[in-house]
Parts: sequence; structure tokens; C-alpha cells
Amino acid sequence: MYDFQFARPTSLDEAVKALSAEDAQALGGGQTLIPTLKQRLAAPEVLVSLTGIRELRFVRRDGDTLRVGGTATHGMVAREAAAEFPGLAGMAVRIGDPAVRNRGTIGGSLANNDPSACYPAAVLAANATVVTNSREIAADEFFDGMFTTALDEGEIITEVRFPIPERANYQKFEQPASHFALVGVMVAKHADGVRVGVTGASEDGVFRWTEAEDALSGNYAPEAVDGLTVSADGMIGDLHGTPEYRAHLVKVLTKRAVAAS
Amino acid sequence: MPKDFGIGASSKRREDVRFLTGKGRYTDDINLQGQLHGYFVRSEVAHGMLKRVATEAAAAMPGVHRVFTAADLESAGGLPCGWQITDRFGNPMHEPKHPVLAEGKVRHVGEPIAFVVADTVEQARDAAEAVEVEIEDLPPVLDMKAAVSGDGPLVHDEVPANLCFDWGFVEDNRDAVDEAIRNAPHVTTLELVNNRLVANPMEPRVAIADFDASTGDHTLYLTSQNPHLIRLLMGAFVLGIPEHKLRVVAPDVGGAFGSKIFLYNEEVACMFASIQLRRPVKWASTRSEAFVSDKHGRDHVTKIELALDDDGTFLALRTDTLANLGAYLSTIGSVTPTYLHGTLMAGNYKTPLIYVNVRTVFTNTVPVDAYRGAGRPEATYQLERVIDKAARELGIDPIELRRRNFVQPEDFPYATPVAVEYDTGDYGAVLDKLIEIADLAGFEARRKQSEANGLLRGLGVNTYIEACGIAPSNLVGQLGARAGFYDSATVRVNATGGLVVMAGTKAHGQGHETTFAQVVAEMIGIDETMIEVVQGDTAHTPMGMGSSGSRSIAVGGSAVVRATEKIINKAKKIAAHLMEAAEADVDLADGTFTVAGTDKTVAWGDVCLAAYVPHNYPLEDLEPGLEETAFYDPANFTFPAGAYACEVEIDPETGKVRIDRFAAADDFGNVINPMIVEGQVHGGIAQGIGQALLENCAYDENGQLISASYMDYAMPRASDLPMYVVDHSCQTPCTHNPLGVKGCGEAGAIGSPPAVVNAVLDALNSGGHKVDHIDMPVSPSRVWQAMQG
Ligand SMILES: Cc1cc2nc3c(=O)[nH]c(=O)nc-3n(C[C@H](O)[C@H](O)[C@H](O)COP(=O)(O)OP(=O)(O)OC[C@H]3O[C@@H](n4cnc5c(N)ncnc54)[C@H](O)[C@@H]3O)c2cc1C
Repeated sequence: MYDFQFARPTSLDEAVKALSAEDAQALGGGQTLIPTLKQRLAAPEVLVSLTGIRELRFVRRDGDTLRVGGTATHGMVAREAAAEFPGLAGMAVRIGDPAVRNRGTIGGSLANNDPSACYPAAVLAANATVVTNSREIAADEFFDGMFTTALDEGEIITEVRFPIPERANYQKFEQPASHFALVGVMVAKHADGVRVGVTGASEDGVFRWTEAEDALSGNYAPEAVDGLTVSADGMIGDLHGTPEYRAHLVKVLTKRAVAAS
Repeated sequence: MPKDFGIGASSKRREDVRFLTGKGRYTDDINLQGQLHGYFVRSEVAHGMLKRVATEAAAAMPGVHRVFTAADLESAGGLPCGWQITDRFGNPMHEPKHPVLAEGKVRHVGEPIAFVVADTVEQARDAAEAVEVEIEDLPPVLDMKAAVSGDGPLVHDEVPANLCFDWGFVEDNRDAVDEAIRNAPHVTTLELVNNRLVANPMEPRVAIADFDASTGDHTLYLTSQNPHLIRLLMGAFVLGIPEHKLRVVAPDVGGAFGSKIFLYNEEVACMFASIQLRRPVKWASTRSEAFVSDKHGRDHVTKIELALDDDGTFLALRTDTLANLGAYLSTIGSVTPTYLHGTLMAGNYKTPLIYVNVRTVFTNTVPVDAYRGAGRPEATYQLERVIDKAARELGIDPIELRRRNFVQPEDFPYATPVAVEYDTGDYGAVLDKLIEIADLAGFEARRKQSEANGLLRGLGVNTYIEACGIAPSNLVGQLGARAGFYDSATVRVNATGGLVVMAGTKAHGQGHETTFAQVVAEMIGIDETMIEVVQGDTAHTPMGMGSSGSRSIAVGGSAVVRATEKIINKAKKIAAHLMEAAEADVDLADGTFTVAGTDKTVAWGDVCLAAYVPHNYPLEDLEPGLEETAFYDPANFTFPAGAYACEVEIDPETGKVRIDRFAAADDFGNVINPMIVEGQVHGGIAQGIGQALLENCAYDENGQLISASYMDYAMPRASDLPMYVVDHSCQTPCTHNPLGVKGCGEAGAIGSPPAVVNAVLDALNSGGHKVDHIDMPVSPSRVWQAMQG
């Protein structure tokens, strides 16, 4: 690691102020950022830990919406959303291992937008709203390709609002080494239609498989996607799977998610 | 009734108390007064001319004491290779220099270029970033077939076609094997890759070098499997330090799997820096560095041909292998793909004619050397895979095909056509045991059940043989070894009857402190707690070759027996004197000396006391004291053998393989501690399954290691492994060592990969997919690809 200053504000205002400094960076659970720092791949002047801000650490139901605070850990979501939104809790409980889940946060995961991360698929499928210190961003506007989002410099994710779907399920096919998603598919059935969020597969990061959404909105059954094919164009090809294989998995996992939802 | 002490008892591992309570003392736990810290500047490119290494700016940084480059190390030699192979035309292998720090050229990503020594690691690392390295890229040599074609770039200018040597074994058989294959009614051919692996011991490598200018003593604390070997290589061949002024200490070592046998650049650099700076210098590898600097394993590309007659009798076997050496010859990098591999190609079978051709190739990758099994997994994998393929082609049951060709109990000692003589074994009995413990009778029912669940089930059964107890020195000397392969032990009895065994071997997780104590306890008939085992310090142990190649019990354990026998012989003389009896009439049992036909007795402790307080002692005939050393040089290798069965289920939609059952029946000869032996088998199988299903050390076309962290290098996790059923009740004791033991450390890693892959292929074929071969690791992606036809 390079040397850095460390701030641990207890209110959002203080955090926003601290993050306005030159080369300041937010620190959530540190499950991505700390390894990056250790490898000297990032060199912030100031690390602003968000975990001291009590008001950002919650999971609660508010009418038809599940509200998750920006620093709620994966472990909290796994436990506290289990009754209200089992599809989301089922996703969170399979992120990493207990140590990762007890530190990693929803805000960190979304801000990082790793192309193999699980949360982005859930946010897209659930049609969630990402709330920051300055605005509300619709899921469809938030993700902007691998490791890029609509967030501005110093902008903090304070909350994510998930409309609770009628049915939902996340299917994760683990990459053998990292156990991140080689491909992950979240299917959510809402009153006004079905949304399908796909992670791990595309070189453009998380995306919605809209053909499947249309088919499933008409007939919410695994067979509904039988006639569809996913193109391997633009899919990730690496040590763990070819573009064709990933494209194939998108379909398999979508069907399984529908069946399991 | 299971025994509760001595040979055959599952004594709890005494070392585990400290390991499991965080009290183990590893090299990184040692910090010396005034110690400095080193950090290496490493090559980021695979191949290039080293144009300039500018260290001025770095040297001026805070806390920095010195920045070393190749220019500083002119007085040091290159890292030696311990085994000279003669090629099939009678020429010695090419031995290009293996410099401690890159000289003129860089030859792999991760090669050390400069060594920065500072007050703290962070300062050294900061300064390392300020070292300016200018490299003119050269096209990297990566693919072995292209490398040997003769018209590509060269890793070492003086090595034509990147070929270190072309080895034929046994060369005299070459024509006869060709002829037999030409005329055979059936020849099964298979081309396969034995995938490159990274050892990944839990503890990364660490070195602390301490030169004391006031005494001229050099001490090296090191994560090593063989401190005496390191002392010899570093002292005599690289830095010119006389052995009596160089002490190598290996404290607790947290796993190694072969990767801590070798003499590495980093420890030499630490010692050199300590001599120059007159301060202790420590270097501790990060996990990222380990991926690009620990020696890698395996990496063979092989074509194997098995000739059979119509009833499945093996007629001849021919293999053609390209073995990757990486950028430099490592300590035993030349023998791992040759003698440790070719001598095992007969397997458990009576194939009359065998010819093994291995061409070893330099590439711009991390050097490759021994990794758990070292050459023997490569041999077993090819052979057991081609036999399954032949069985499928001939329509013979694969188990039956193996059985038909077994070396039979009455054939021992059996001389193979690949220069070794198996002393003993009973392969049919081991296979029968496997069939029983794996419940193969229930397989068809389980397959039906899997099919009902929409899954494909497959069974893979294979045997293996390995050569352990390395090695008879006069034999390996003729084959090019530059060291002897005996081992040693000193037994020092104390006046009050307790004793210390000082072993030339060095456990790095295997539990020798427990096992060796059991052997001595059994021989003398005293409590195991009266015995201490010391290892891993050249100042406190006799010269030995350390722990590798499953040799510790067969060779080191034999030395312990011999030293203890000497002790007992002398103790009997003392006892005879004390009891006024003839020495020939004295017996020792349960820690008490008796005289045949009388009721005279004297206790072990009284004899020990007499030896050190010799008031009533035959001083004119016998020296006082009770301390003996033995060196043991084995008469032959030992040949553990076994039969393994794996059952897998494949999800046909995703190609994901799940191992449902795994059974191992091994013949290790006599077993000292069954619990420890089972633990060794468990760990070995985990690594074998890791190789078969998960681990893939891969380079991209620029020579960058893609799988350079756990994000991409898949280590087996508990959830990837089934419960194992293991058995070692078939025991044909080794005929030429005193304990009748064979060694068990590598068996699991040797026997398991073919079982897994054969099971996967069986599952696919049962599902109507005509697939003959998938390379390891058998990832979901590869299985799915194979199913697409
Ligand atoms: C072993 C391991 C396994 C894992 N497995 C999985 C997996 O299976 N699936 C998966 O999805 N993920 C996985 N992860 C990643 C994990 O979910 C991380 O927790 C997550 O990616 C980052 O969250 P964090 O809170 O740790 O963020 P940090 O590492 O602290 O920060 C990550 C980035 O987000 C920024 N940031 C953090 N919080 C906020 C905020 N509130 N507002 C704005 N920016 C913010 C930081 O500045 C930084 O750029 C794994 C991680 C590890 C170490």
C-alpha cells in the first residue's frame, strides 16, 4: 500500500465534505478496494470510510419497497431481506464467504460494477432506484459498462430502493476460481412485466435480456425462452469459458431462475 | 485391537498442538536484531533485452541501504542443476547459466532484475518502483511445438531450437518398439496435455540471511524441505562459502509439495546482500510473487501409443513427450520429466517393450520442476488414460483389461523394460479391495438414479505405481545425479533415558516428529514421549537429503532404525556388563534388558545412566556415552501401488462435473501411523482432483501469466471434494528396507487425475456423447464444448 490519510465520518454531510478533497476515495467494506490498495493499483490521498455513518446501515420494508442502506452488508441483506424479498436475500447469501459478506456492502458492490458481480443483476431485474447524496438514479441509467457507473466523483450511494417483485430468483453459475458469477441471472416478475438481469456474461457489463423479458411477460414459464437464442457476440471469453458457453449459460440459468422463483 | 503406541498406532500428531494453536514457528516469525528487508524488482515482460537498469534514484530513497543488480553479483555463480542428463546421442544436456539476477536478458515474467534492501519492506518497495528498467521486447517463446521447430526465437542463444536435450529411454529399445507397434493388430493413440500447476503451499517462501562478520558465520533461515542440500548448493556452487561456515535452518514449514526443494534466486540474493551490508536481510514472498517465482509443476504435451493384440494383451508402448522446463534449468528440473517419469511407464503391467522419448524445452515461462509426484503423475496419467481408450476401442471392460495385463504376484521381483525392478506387490488384491470399498457392484443402480435426476454418471477406475524412497546413490550417480541420495539420523540418548533423534530429513507438514518417535519407541519399548525429533537445522542434524519424493520413511526412517540398532547393540553390551552376563544372552523388550534363562533384569534408564555416569562400566572395552549416527543408502526404490475409483455426475446442461464418490486402495507396505498415512492420501487426492478439475496455470500469447492470483487460479475447496473412502490393508512389505515401508506422500496426487478424467469420459459416453479426450482441468466449459461435438 501507499500511504494515505484515513477519515471515518459519522454523518453523511461530513462524508460528502471529506470526499470533496483532492484524490479522496470512499471506503465501504473494503473487500475490493483494500486488495487493490495492497497491490498498489490505487493511490488515494484520503480514504473516507462510510461504515461509521449509522444512518446508511439498514434494511427495511416500506410498503411495496425494500429499502437497503448504502452500507448495508451482504450478510445483513441475506438475513434481513429473507422474508420480504427472498430472491434478493438468496443472491446476497451466495456472495463470497461469511467474512466477505460481513464486510462487503451493497454500495461498494454497485459503485464498483464488477462485470462478474451479483448485485448489478439484481438491481436491474428488480428495477431498483439507486439513491445518492445528491439524486436518484434509475437502474437502467446506473450501469455504464464494466467498472463504470453514472456516479460522479465523490458521489455516495446512500440507499437502494427495490420494488418487491411478485416472484424472483437469482441463479449463479460460479467461476471455478473466484466463485464470482461466471454467469448470473436474476429474473423478477413484477405486476407490469418480467425483467431479466444478466451479469458475468457480457463485455459491456450487466445487461437486460429483453427478448426473454418479452417472452416471459407473456408466459411466465421456463419453456417460454426455449425458442430464443443468445448471441455469443460481445460475450466474455476467458480462461473459464468461451463466449458461446456464456451465451448458452444465460439461457440455461434464465430457465432455472424462472423455475425456482 | 489397534495398537496405542509404536509402529501401527494412530498416535496423534504431536506437532499439531503447536500448529493448531498458532504456536508454530515459521521462518516469517523470525526477526533478527538489526534486520533489513529486501524487495525484488521483477520483469514484467516475458522476453527481452535488458538495456538499462538505473538504480541511482532508488538508492537515494529514504531507508534504502543498497540496490543490487547483476553487475554486483559478478562473483556469484549461477544456480546449479543437480542432475545432468545425457541425451539419446550421448551428449550432455545444455546448461545455460541461471543467474541470480537477470543478466543481459529477461526470460520470464517475474524474473528478478534488482534487489532493493531497506529498513522496512514498504521503503524497499517504494524504492523498487524507482528503479528504472529499460527492456527491448523480444518475441516470447511459449508454445513448445513452435519452440522446437528451429525457426523461432531462442530463449538462450546458445541452445539451438530451445531444446535442452532429447532423451530416449531405453534407447536400445527404440527400434524393437517401433517394429512391434508397426506389426500390432491394434494400436490406440492419444494426445494429451498434463497441465501446468502452481504448488501454492499455504506458507509462501521466506528467507533471512545473517552474516556475522565477527565470526565469519553465515546463517540462513529458510522455508526449505532440505536444508543440507541448500547449504551444499549455495555454499559450494554459488557463493563459495565453506560448509562449516554456513548454517541453514528450516523452522516449521507450512507445506511445500516440492516447491521448497530448490535453490532459489531470492535466498542467494539475501545472503549476498547480508555479506555486503553486514546486517541480516529478510525477504518474504507475497502470494502474487509466489505465482511468478515459485517453480511450477507438470506441463507436458504427450503422444502415447499402446499396441495390443486382439485379446487385449499389451504388446508395446511408445511415448513422445515435450516437457516444459521454463526459462531456466531448475535444481532437479532435468530429472523430473525424465528418470522420474520414464521409469514408471510400465505401470502395473507386463508390457514387454517400452520406449519413452522426452524432449525438454526452454520457454519464456517460470521454471518448472518437481511438484507432488514429480514425473510419476505424468506417467500414470498418460498410461491410465490410453488404457481406458483402448478398452473402449476393443470393447473390453477397462477393469478387466487392466487385470489381464497385471504383473502377477509370482513375477516379483519384476524387471520392467524401463530399467527398474519392482521388489514386491499384489495388484490384483489391491484392485479387489478397491472394488469392494468403492461398492462398484452398486454403480449401475447409482447410474440409473442419476439418469432419473437428469444427470450423467460415470466411473473411472485405474491403478498406479510409483517409485519412492529415492534413491540408490550408485545407480543415480550413473544416471547423472550430482548428489547422493542416502539419508541419515543421529540418536542421542540422555543419561536419564530420554533421547533425541536428529534426522537428515525435514518434514513440512507430514508429521515426522510423531512417526519417527513411534519407530524408536517400538524398537526400544519406551514411551513415545521420551523421544524428541529434531530436524531442519544443518548445525544439529547429520547431512541428509531432506524430504521429497516420498522418501522420508523409506530412507530417513531406515537411517533412524539403523542408528537405533547401533544404540541397542551398545546398550546391550552395557547391560551385559551390569548383569554380569554374556552379551549374546541379553535381550531387550518393553524397555527392559533381560538375560535368557535367568531372572536378571536391568531397566533401559539404568543402562543409559551407566553410559553417562560410568562408575561401573567396561571402560577398557567400550566408550562411555550413548549416541550413534547412521547413514542409509537404499538398495532399490520402493514401489507403492494402488487402485483408485472415481464416480462423477455431470449436469448435461452446464457441463459441470461433481465428484460424488472417490475410493483409494493403496499398498504402502507396512504402515507406521495409519492416521497420518490416510491424511497424506486425502491431501494427495485433493491435489489430484485439483489438477483434474480446477487448476490451470495459463499464459497468454505475450507470456503474461493469466492465472496469477486466486481470482483465476482455482484451488480445490472443501466443497469441490467428496468424502473419500481409503484403505491400505493390502500390504506387501518392501523387501529391502528394515521397516518394510514404501512411502505414501505422493500416491494420492499420482493416482487420482486419470480416475477423474476417465470417469468424466465414461459419463459423457454413457450419455451418447462420443468423446475420447478432454484435457485437464476438465472445466464445465470444456465439458460443455465436448458435448457440442
Ligand atoms: C473473496 C471474495 C469473494 C467475493 N465474491 C463475490 C461474489 O461472489 N459476488 C459479488 O458480487 N461480489 C463478490 N465479492 C466482492 C464483494 O461483494 C465486495 O464487497 C464488493 O464488490 C465491494 O463492496 P465493498 O463494500 O467491499 O466496497 P469497497 O471495496 O470498500 O469499495 C469498492 C469501490 O466502491 C466505492 N464505494 C464503496 N462504497 C461506496 C458508496 N456507498 N458509494 C459510492 N462508492 C462507494 C469505493 O470507493 C471503491 O471504488 C467478493 C469479494 C471477495 C474478497
